[in-house]
Amino acid sequence: MSSLAAFVKKEFHHILRDRWTLMILLATPIIMLILIGFAMTTEVKGTTFMVLDLSQDAASRSIIESMSQSTYFTFGGYLNDEESIDQVLRRGESGLVLVFPARFTATGVQGGQLHIAVITDGSDPNTAKTLTNYASAIITRWARKQGGAASPSGLVEVETRFLYNPAMKGAYNFVPGVLGMILLLICAMMTSVSIAREKETGTMEILLASPMRPAAIILAKTIPYFVLSCLNLVTSLFMAMSVLGVPVRGSWFALVIVSLLYIVVGLLMGVMISTIANSQLVALLISGMGMMLPVMLLSGMMFPVESMPLLLRIISHLIPTRWYVSAMRKIMIKGLSIGSIVTELAVLALMGIVVLVISLRKFKPRME
Amino acid sequence: MLKYLVQKEFIQIRRNSFLPRMILIFPIIVLLILPLAANFDIKNINVVIVDHDESMVSQRLLAKISSSGYFRVSGQRYNDSDALRMIELGTADMILEIPYEFQKDLMMGRVPEVLISADTVNGSKGSLGSVYLSSVIQDFTMELLAEVQPALEMASRVSIQPHYRYNPHLSYPDFMVPALMVIGLLLITGFLPALNIVGEKESGTIESMNVTPVRKRTLILSKLIPYWLIGFFVFTFMMVIAYGVWHLVPAGSLPALYLAAVLFVFTVSGFGLIISNYANTYQQAMFMMFFFVMIFDFLSGLFTPISSMPEWARIISHASPLRYMIEVLRGVYLRGCLTQDLLRQLIPLGVLMVVSNSWAIISYRKNH
Amino acid sequence: MSAITVTDLTKKFGSFTAVDHINFLVKDGEIFGFLGANGAGKTTAMRMLTGLLRPTAGTGIVAGYDIRKESEKVKANIGYMSQRFALYGDMTVDENIRLFGGIYGMTRREIQGKRDKLLDNLGLSTQRNSLVSTLPLGWKQKLAFSVSIFHSPRIVFLDEPTGGVDPASRRRFWEMIYEAAESGITVFVTTHYMDEAEYCDRVSIMVDGRIEALDTPGRLKEEYQVSSMDEVFQMIARKAQRTAD
Repeated sequence: MSSLAAFVKKEFHHILRDRWTLMILLATPIIMLILIGFAMTTEVKGTTFMVLDLSQDAASRSIIESMSQSTYFTFGGYLNDEESIDQVLRRGESGLVLVFPARFTATGVQGGQLHIAVITDGSDPNTAKTLTNYASAIITRWARKQGGAASPSGLVEVETRFLYNPAMKGAYNFVPGVLGMILLLICAMMTSVSIAREKETGTMEILLASPMRPAAIILAKTIPYFVLSCLNLVTSLFMAMSVLGVPVRGSWFALVIVSLLYIVVGLLMGVMISTIANSQLVALLISGMGMMLPVMLLSGMMFPVESMPLLLRIISHLIPTRWYVSAMRKIMIKGLSIGSIVTELAVLALMGIVVLVISLRKFKPRME
Repeated sequence: MLKYLVQKEFIQIRRNSFLPRMILIFPIIVLLILPLAANFDIKNINVVIVDHDESMVSQRLLAKISSSGYFRVSGQRYNDSDALRMIELGTADMILEIPYEFQKDLMMGRVPEVLISADTVNGSKGSLGSVYLSSVIQDFTMELLAEVQPALEMASRVSIQPHYRYNPHLSYPDFMVPALMVIGLLLITGFLPALNIVGEKESGTIESMNVTPVRKRTLILSKLIPYWLIGFFVFTFMMVIAYGVWHLVPAGSLPALYLAAVLFVFTVSGFGLIISNYANTYQQAMFMMFFFVMIFDFLSGLFTPISSMPEWARIISHASPLRYMIEVLRGVYLRGCLTQDLLRQLIPLGVLMVVSNSWAIISYRKNH
Repeated sequence: MSAITVTDLTKKFGSFTAVDHINFLVKDGEIFGFLGANGAGKTTAMRMLTGLLRPTAGTGIVAGYDIRKESEKVKANIGYMSQRFALYGDMTVDENIRLFGGIYGMTRREIQGKRDKLLDNLGLSTQRNSLVSTLPLGWKQKLAFSVSIFHSPRIVFLDEPTGGVDPASRRRFWEMIYEAAESGITVFVTTHYMDEAEYCDRVSIMVDGRIEALDTPGRLKEEYQVSSMDEVFQMIARKAQRTAD
């Protein structure tokens, strides 16, 4: 056992000496949380809108007034002709253009249909839809005000209740995702490169020739990153709770269990990658690009899995992060306890065992 | 002399069997899968129904909801708490509660109240979903009443006609694919040369070049040139894929595209050089690059618009070459931009190029 | 005209003096052995002479050029081979020869002309398209040496060239060194093996950054009244204050 302890100490020294990497490892989750928390939203405010007003009468000016008063829009001026619409949109000088046909007010008074064109740059579908929706809502409200209070808001009263996240904070959604990604990153990437490095420099042969068994070598290599990951878990949760206001409503016990399990799976994946890779560079590229990308895309941390085609949805089931994120969301936001995450725990445990078996099998023969 | 060194680099890239494969496969995967996965569209939302009325009308409403294309009726329960359990387990995203005497109230001209409870852990999905569901319900009741009272006056309604320029079908791939090509270029011309140089530092082979008459700048150029060439090749290759798979053709100026690509590649490889000056091991280099690429990814308008970001994020995004390149690509591909339309991107790119390469040169001198 | 002239060459790292005002001359066509314990300052001195490190003080003229002001010209006129690295393992024998020939400014015709002769001499003609990493160590060392003098430099610097090689191969390696010296190339070699010191025309022994002995092996043995260079080295090195890190 003392040889194991000595080895683990060596690994710790190695990590602590590399100050740059250590700093980045500890800072990354924090920065990622800040960025996604505060900078990534699809809400648009203060968009410049311009108007091509072919009637220039009271009604159209009244609508423009309502638009300007909202926080979503800023009036950017009148356009002179059809051609300039394309120009201002293409150059990004305006985000939205309203077109009022001739004799706007007159048509309305006579009881005819009033057509207003809302033109946006469709390149970014989300922004385009959002802006169009905002504008439509403002204009519809204006229309109802004109028509008198008699018209009801609808024929059916729809009451909407937002569960778990009434303030609609984006953070509730992505914090578990960021956590999952960072933990996997540290565990898999760092472990695989660290082991690959020993293989490359030839010290692995020395280790294997020593009385230390392969399982012990694996253990020693992964323990420091285990500790590092736990540290990151703690700091990220702290950040999420204090700065982003994400609660942990459910059972802390369940949170700890599923997180530890996930970390172990991540470490084992790192070991497995190192048995495939014959050099540090390859280990890096596999774990960095080969794993990060599917995880970011298909784990549900950023994009909803339901919106993806069937094949991708199936692949997403194979990604441990997806299960971790699902479990964490249930615990943190929905306030559930360990009984509700049994599926996730079972899947993660199964993945861990499979990866462990593969790794142990491939570890020693690989050296030949 | 340069010729021999560049030849050497190409030989080594070819010999390292993993690298060339990755260079070709990675952009393909990114371009094929990412646009499918990466979208915020609403689809396949699971709704659980609590129907207290169980009338013809409520059945018709359910039928309409199922056929809307956005929703799936994933079950029916008899009370709210059972329905809530489905949400806790994640087998439903929304609850629709139809009140007792729904049909009767509608027929009598009274306004019944339905309740939508949305799981908003994933903020936008929940709220957008409830908005869609609400409008489906409103449409339904409109249709119903039109059958009964055809004369219901819809006069003086303002009809809003949305026009989505440049991307009339609001296709998300059209939005994402051009931007992803930038990421591919970044990895190949920024990442890989930096990793190459750090690799030589690690194995010590860089020392052996130092004793030869090869000047430092020749050596660095020899390391960059192969990746520049590969980068442009892959860039063109990605454009072919974009055409073949996504039917995307640049609507604007192709020379402008390549001009921007040249500026971008020089900037980004300069940036890679900076990192290779500070990093001594693969791990360090990888983590530094990951760190900065992550920050730039999030702040460059790749996923969410820059206009939605808070002030401080927008300021930082001005330093990101990614931001300008993505804007150029979307501009040329979707909006038909010409060189003169892109000055607001090309000029900053030029500045960044000078800055990054100057910093690379300065940091190189200091460390040697 | 001497191949190398070193005057008061000094290198300080902060307050630590690695090389302390050394002076010596190396004659054209000589085989000069540069000896010393680890940490004595050998490697530092050699790195200054090959233009890898800037001296703190003193001057050095290598192949007629000032190491401080004309380091590029120095590099173009010398060859170098170290134990740690010499050739690119992931390239073939042929590719390595072409690369280094080209770097030192040989034309394609020159390279082609000399290459076949080189391969024949080494007995590697059948291996010209094998990766260098597949060659056994002894062959690698000999190939590396041949490549280092491929461009016919005035001086070749060898940094512990025979480390880890069996005695028979070492002998053959030294035969190659003799051949090179006979053709007029000056050989500046550092080594741990004291029996190799006997093969040199003259040797110098560095201790604690200074040169404590400089003469032919024969005269040194006479001076210290011992029968092998090994014993000479022991007697001098015992005075050392510094030990290797």
